[in-house]
Amino acid sequence: MNKRQPMPLQDKEKRKNNFNEVALGYDLNHVQIEAKRCLNCKDPKCVNACPVNVNIPQFIQAIVNKHFEEAYQLIYKDNILPSICGRVCPQENQCEGACILGIKSEPVSIGALERFLGDYALSNECLTCETIEDNHQKVAVIGSGPAGLSFSAAIRRMGYTTDVFEALHDYGGVLRYGIPEFRLPKAIVNQEINRLKSLGIQFHKNIIVGKTITIDQLMEEYHYQAIFVATGAGLPRALNIPGENLNGVFFANEYLTRVNLMKAYEFPNQPTPIKIGETVCVIGGGNVAMDAARVAKRLGSKEVFILYRRDMHSLPARREEIDHAIEEGIDFRLLLNPVEFIGEDYQVKQIRAEVMMLGEKDASGRRRPLPTGKFKSFNVDSVVVAIGQSPNPILKKTTKNLKVDGRGRIQVNGCQTSIPGVFAGGDIVTGAATVIEAMGAGKCAAIEIDTYIKNAN
Amino acid sequence: MYRILKKRKINKDVDLMVIEAPMVSKNTKPGHFVIVRTNENSERIPLTIVEHDKKTITIIYQKIGFSTKELGNRKIGEFLEDVVGPLGTAKDISYHPHIIGIAGGVGAAPLYPQLKAYAEIGCSVDLIIGAKSKEYLILIDEYKTFCRNIYVATDDGSMGTKGFVTDVMKKVYASHKYDLSIAIGPLIMMKNAVLLNNKHQIKTDVSLNPIMIDGTGMCGNCRVSIHGKTYFACVDGPDFPADGIDFDELMHRQSYYKDEEHQCRIKLGNDHE
Repeated sequence: MNKRQPMPLQDKEKRKNNFNEVALGYDLNHVQIEAKRCLNCKDPKCVNACPVNVNIPQFIQAIVNKHFEEAYQLIYKDNILPSICGRVCPQENQCEGACILGIKSEPVSIGALERFLGDYALSNECLTCETIEDNHQKVAVIGSGPAGLSFSAAIRRMGYTTDVFEALHDYGGVLRYGIPEFRLPKAIVNQEINRLKSLGIQFHKNIIVGKTITIDQLMEEYHYQAIFVATGAGLPRALNIPGENLNGVFFANEYLTRVNLMKAYEFPNQPTPIKIGETVCVIGGGNVAMDAARVAKRLGSKEVFILYRRDMHSLPARREEIDHAIEEGIDFRLLLNPVEFIGEDYQVKQIRAEVMMLGEKDASGRRRPLPTGKFKSFNVDSVVVAIGQSPNPILKKTTKNLKVDGRGRIQVNGCQTSIPGVFAGGDIVTGAATVIEAMGAGKCAAIEIDTYIKNAN
Repeated sequence: MYRILKKRKINKDVDLMVIEAPMVSKNTKPGHFVIVRTNENSERIPLTIVEHDKKTITIIYQKIGFSTKELGNRKIGEFLEDVVGPLGTAKDISYHPHIIGIAGGVGAAPLYPQLKAYAEIGCSVDLIIGAKSKEYLILIDEYKTFCRNIYVATDDGSMGTKGFVTDVMKKVYASHKYDLSIAIGPLIMMKNAVLLNNKHQIKTDVSLNPIMIDGTGMCGNCRVSIHGKTYFACVDGPDFPADGIDFDELMHRQSYYKDEEHQCRIKLGNDHE
């Protein structure tokens, strides 16, 4: 059997200086070789491991038969954003993690095949001429991130008039403001969203539900029969250590929003600036931390390092992202827990961190970092705090009777919240998770809302 | 899209603009602000909603940087790309018998809806308003409709007292008692006004205008330290009781992109050559 086809990458020296996509995608040759590796299992484990249950062996067989458009349609039926998911899903924990080939060899590169088909469809305009029969019932969707988009497509296909309300000036949520261009080109996000517009989904920007309009107003004045809340995990978590408000200390959200949504990497050709200096410390070990560090390199910083309180083995980021970061010269300074930012004239100059050691395993299954009483200091020009996001609190603050748990996550039964007719899914319910899990939640919510509206009528 | 219905020059640097934005005006209250983008590639600029009716909002902006000048170049009948709001927490307007408003420069714009709201619930409202010189004083005629007394300070003495608003405050406080002060203007003015009010045991509310991006509590750029605790001006404010605010930190945070703003201004200059 052929080996798993490696993903072609942009040269590591070149890519450090540009925001172009790092992973270049398979060509036809790769695709054929890779597709033929699939065993077409009778009882495919990959399908169940996919949060939206894409029929993976079927679409791969269509590729083998060179029926690319058909292969694409087979994915699109269950996953409306294949070009995006092919790029950002943690396939190693999902479909590819369950692939039988992975036991003795390497799993089929399902993500790369999905990406190929998604891009093939976008560049060949394989438009799905879906006939949707309108049922003249109205649903509102709050948030145009992965959960909101997936929900919208699913409910629109059932015939509902679907209005999506987005707080920012552009659509996509975390796909737009969070994930950098070199990992997910915004042109791809635009194309995928345009495809959803062609289904008849109405998108409304600059509407902050809870501020511009309340849930009650949506129900009573605008007569939506159900509302799906998909407002995501937009609240940055702070370290709550001294000096966190010094100049040069950014939350990852600000830093990435400047770069991704506002395109600050093109300053002054784009009017929103970003300033980080030569030496940048990124605190955290997840995908957002990797993105932040790699962005810093591309913005021209000389020395970029990750500060993480556990060891290399415990980094929650995807292996691929860690490898790419290492290739690009990001330094990993591990077993260090930041305790203070030290500044001069309100500008951060130094970060002080406690040296940690590993203790017994904690609830996450990783060895718990324990303090040693020893400290190290590092000189920095700026710091990006990337230690996680919490659910966005605006809706909770402005909506009576909307129950959330101690961590601000909306409480649901299925997808039903404490308010009749109001449903929720994605990061606002689970806390920060993955794009595809949010999409799975959106898809489930559509089925639940359809049942709810039919029973109410 | 958001149509510009009216536009008028208030002084050399400051314009007033009335924008058609029924979705924004629907739930607007005093203290709320909007974020505006002129073009599809523009910066997001936070601006107080000075007035509103059923279909429109009024903003007042000072054309000092690239983005505010870009906004100022838009004409009546043209459109703005984005107007989002109302943002922030509405000001709690509760009865205080005697209120003194303190406005510095273009800070007279965000102060206006608040003072007006206090006057409308029956508070007796006075105003101390300051600017570089006479031509930079704004909204005085509008304030006259509800303010009992208006005291003016200009840096060059071209109108009212020559000096800062704090100089006028000292004089006025010699003969008047106030239960609440609302001070809005440059950070240094607010800082000094608060220090002086503290001496006279007058509680001060201020409105802060730190650098913001999304305005929904997502990015954390607009952090403010109050008694050592961090708040986000975009969602927790922009109005805060002044007690415990770290104004020095705010001043430094506000000037973080000073050099970059300069770079943008140079670019604007070139565009107009």
